[in-house]
Amino acid sequence: MSLQSPLSKVLGRGSAKNGVGHWWAQRVTASALILLTGWFVIELLTLPGLDYGSVAAWVHAPLSAVLLSLLVGTLVYHSQLGVQVVVEDYVASKGVKVLTMLVVNFVHVLLGALGVFAVLRVAFGAAV
Amino acid sequence: MAKRERPLSPFMHYRWQYTNTLSILHRLTGIFLAFGLIALVYWLVALAGGPEQYADAAAVLSSPLGTLALVAWSLSFFFHFLNGIRHLFWDAGHGFELKVARQSGWAAFIGAIVLTAIFWTVLAVQMGGAA
Repeated sequence: MSLQSPLSKVLGRGSAKNGVGHWWAQRVTASALILLTGWFVIELLTLPGLDYGSVAAWVHAPLSAVLLSLLVGTLVYHSQLGVQVVVEDYVASKGVKVLTMLVVNFVHVLLGALGVFAVLRVAFGAAV
Repeated sequence: MAKRERPLSPFMHYRWQYTNTLSILHRLTGIFLAFGLIALVYWLVALAGGPEQYADAAAVLSSPLGTLALVAWSLSFFFHFLNGIRHLFWDAGHGFELKVARQSGWAAFIGAIVLTAIFWTVLAVQMGGAA
């Protein structure tokens, strides 16, 4: 006799109360980052220079602004997922684990918001 | 009753090999790169702050300590990038053969060093040209 409810049997999730969402999201963001970081590195190397004028003009362009925003957002997401795995693996105490993850998540959301806002501010600002 | 041999946890008896090193390096570079996000966002926020703030941030990032950190971040990035592609192939069920795994491991390790060298050489030429 199983003590599992029919719903939990169908969902097939164990004590983690979670499916493959985390694992899959890490792979999807990794794949996206191959493209986005590849683009970013090539752009950095082909800019006329890394002075304020060159970089601001680059971020002001619509395509760069959108791809940079996606880059920051995807980096933050991928980083949060990765750091979470490490915290779950190495932090044994439940209380410390929850507190660490709270800080990790807050910092990642903050970095993402700051990064995207900064890009949009340059993008919507006056042309350089 | 004879004392039975109890199974040992893997970490008690696994021989240290290149695969362990690459695996732990993937985590270490990942964590290190998470801190690199702070530098990336700092650079973008300084850009949004205007020419003076950007000049301040550029001075910090091009200081000896800043440059050392950027080189370490770029090396970590290229390794995590190449080794991450290995992981994605494994996830798809390819490249598990010992020989292939060894070769791809070396490729990720040496490729990261080569790409970092190319990156900074091109960047130096670009900066030299702009000055």
